[in-house]
Amino acid sequence: MNQQALSDVKVLDLTWYIAGPYCTKLLADYGADVIKIERPGLGDPCRRMGPFPQDQPDREKSGLFLHLNTNKRGITLNLKRETGKAIFMRLLQDVDIVVESFSPRVMHSVGLDFPALHAANEKLVMLRISNFGQNGPYRDRKLSELVLSAMGTSMKTCGQPDREPLKLAGNLLQYQAGLVTAIAGMAALVCCRATGVGQQVDVSLMETCLGSIDRRAPSLLGHQYTGDISTRIGSGRGGTMAGCPEGVYPCQDGYFDVVGGAAWWPRNFAMLGSPAKLSDPGYGTMEGQMDPRRQEDILTALYTWAMAHTKQQVWEASGRARAAAAPLYSIEEVVSDPHFKERGTFVEIDHAEAGLLRYPGASFRPTETPWRVNRPAPLLGEHNQEVYGKLGYTEEDLAGLSKADVI
Amino acid sequence: MSSDINAGTKSDGRLPLTGVRVVDMTVVWSGTFATMLLADLGAEVIRVESTQFAPYGTRGVVVRPSPALLQTRGLMTTGYPDRQAGERPWNRIALFNVHARNKLSMTVGYMQPKGLDLVKRLVAKSDMFIENNAFGTVERLGLGYEDLKKVKSDIIMVSMPGFGSSGPYRDRVALGRHLECTAGHTLLRGYRDADPTWTTEVYHCDASAGATAAFAALVALHYRNRTGKGQFIDVAQVETIIPQLGEFIMDYTMNGRVQQTLGNRHTTAAPCGVYPCRGEDRWVAVTVFTDEEWQGMCRAMGNPSWTAAERFSSCSGRWDNQDEIDVLIAEWTKEREDFDVMRLLQAEGVVAGPVMDERDCYGDPHLQEREFFEQVNHAECGTHLYPGMSWKLSGTPCHIRKPPCRLGEDNEYVYKSVLGVSDQEYAELEKEGHIGMDYDPSITVYGRAKASPGTTHEPIQNGG
Repeated sequence: MNQQALSDVKVLDLTWYIAGPYCTKLLADYGADVIKIERPGLGDPCRRMGPFPQDQPDREKSGLFLHLNTNKRGITLNLKRETGKAIFMRLLQDVDIVVESFSPRVMHSVGLDFPALHAANEKLVMLRISNFGQNGPYRDRKLSELVLSAMGTSMKTCGQPDREPLKLAGNLLQYQAGLVTAIAGMAALVCCRATGVGQQVDVSLMETCLGSIDRRAPSLLGHQYTGDISTRIGSGRGGTMAGCPEGVYPCQDGYFDVVGGAAWWPRNFAMLGSPAKLSDPGYGTMEGQMDPRRQEDILTALYTWAMAHTKQQVWEASGRARAAAAPLYSIEEVVSDPHFKERGTFVEIDHAEAGLLRYPGASFRPTETPWRVNRPAPLLGEHNQEVYGKLGYTEEDLAGLSKADVI
Repeated sequence: MSSDINAGTKSDGRLPLTGVRVVDMTVVWSGTFATMLLADLGAEVIRVESTQFAPYGTRGVVVRPSPALLQTRGLMTTGYPDRQAGERPWNRIALFNVHARNKLSMTVGYMQPKGLDLVKRLVAKSDMFIENNAFGTVERLGLGYEDLKKVKSDIIMVSMPGFGSSGPYRDRVALGRHLECTAGHTLLRGYRDADPTWTTEVYHCDASAGATAAFAALVALHYRNRTGKGQFIDVAQVETIIPQLGEFIMDYTMNGRVQQTLGNRHTTAAPCGVYPCRGEDRWVAVTVFTDEEWQGMCRAMGNPSWTAAERFSSCSGRWDNQDEIDVLIAEWTKEREDFDVMRLLQAEGVVAGPVMDERDCYGDPHLQEREFFEQVNHAECGTHLYPGMSWKLSGTPCHIRKPPCRLGEDNEYVYKSVLGVSDQEYAELEKEGHIGMDYDPSITVYGRAKASPGTTHEPIQNGG
């Protein structure tokens, strides 16, 4: 079996919810030894977030938790107890990276801020993920995915002009913040291995959004250049590729998205079966595609064609014509799609409590050092004996620590 | 605000990726975001460009915009300083300049054998090669992994075609939008009461793919530093967003449930929505997770009598009656300024924030104290504030240390200092059109120069 890229990297993971655990999952999935530290008895609050099998809450069966914590070992430790802190400092000795995502006051208040950790391990990289960063007037504010969308993203451009702005689905921004943190963490690690000097990395969820290429950063700079403010322009009139057809259209059994504009016209025309009515070159120019009469001709041809085709047929026709058009898949269709099947985009993982389930797999594929599932997400405190045993604690010691609410 | 970066005192120290050289053949947004992140961390990223070929949607939606196009108001299409295209529009467009800071630009006719050889000479002196063209494009140019390995055995190559380097959709054309569609994201967002034809475009997949490619490159760099071995990394852009939809996938594989769009709502928290405020197109977002937060919200609103209703007292009751509750909350918010609503609610421990536009961000006291925006003086754009770093590193602080690269701006450095080209050879390359700062006059929209020799090149590349 090939070795993994990060198999020499040791991580202590104090994170909870989504962003931090996704960061450490990425490290663990590519080989790092990640020890996830949870609160005794309670664990990561993500364990109480759904989905659950048959919608029955169970701290060992949260689908979100199971997905975010693959390949990690799990221990419990109470950092508010002096003994807990002392144990943490022992674990810290040969660690490369500590990741935490508490609100900024927490690590300082328990005496485990960067100066304290750095004094014990000068080669430490400490990754700190928080809502708004480690300083500034919003430092202690709470955040949700929705409010993060409002403050950090181009939410104002998403949706219809006469309605409220819309967020993206699910928790994408928090996942993305975890990914961005992992990049900084790897860079700091590479630097540390070269120079022997550790450091602290401060990542603000809001700033990972503001600096993102997903249109927020470009529109922020566009505003500096022009003074303009972006707003919602609605569907069917793409911001960057304006033309006709443009946007999402219905077909026989669903919907598909197509990009318009002069550049794509020869391919869109071919996808539609080269209808004679649209053979006039005037339909292919940007001006033509902005002319309401020509738009009507194009859309008539498009709807006629689309209503005679299923999503899958649209997808095939778009592939043949090399057009920029694709079907809107449901999650069910994504999971059963032949492309993703052939690539192994989803993988089966067996878990002691949740059983055998299909999970999202690799987000990228290094040819020499593969993505791999070595172990499922840990049960709460599953590796206490293994990890604390290595420090010399006996079963009896651990029972005592458990009773004292340390582990 | 931070001081002018051109004063040049910030980057004196070592940066995390100092000494790492990246050959950058990325286009549009996803790949360019990947190399931006590496450049921000201190890598020497060299954009390999050509005066004879303008990639689709990269240095502008069109490289020479017409006066008619400049009349349109899109920040993406016409985000030029003062809406003036200037002499070299390709150096002035926000959608390029936003990611081009800290990078270098060289030009070389890489579609000709001599140019190709020069690119290979650069690869031989580099650590990584990153590209996001349609599958097969760089292989056809003679810059596939097998070709690169011959000139640099431990090169790290990151390729990021939309659907990856294998599988039935390998050759599909796709922009980021289409990857969102086929990953299931497009159907999962949108208004709850409108069909998907009302969906407007978003570009999250560009961000997820770009960041994933940067992470992948660093994972491979760590491995190479440890073992001396390079490798090829396949990043299927669509696979970078799928893990970020994990809870939807797990619900399907656990329960067979195909979730529908929730709009701005949440699976358990309620109320959770975006409410109108005083002024034009002003909104505030609010999420109430717990009973305590709900009581805080009631206090902030002055405990209006409707909040006492039994059906609103529990989280599940509020969740079941969201339509009604949303109307009542909107009655309260619409009389108030968005920032005031945020302050009132945050003071009671409720998660709330305004829907911020560009002006709000630049004026935000928190971002100012964090020095998020950085001032940059660009030779052809003037002085502006740019969105800054996504992280703050205590030991090796990163900043915008070089303005967005103009086409061919760093030719002299790359050819002479990196490749060791003599002054005489440099003059010849200039005469032959490899070296220059202007696109061939025949290129008005994008694509190849009319007279340009060389192999056929994919006219429309994967976007992302």
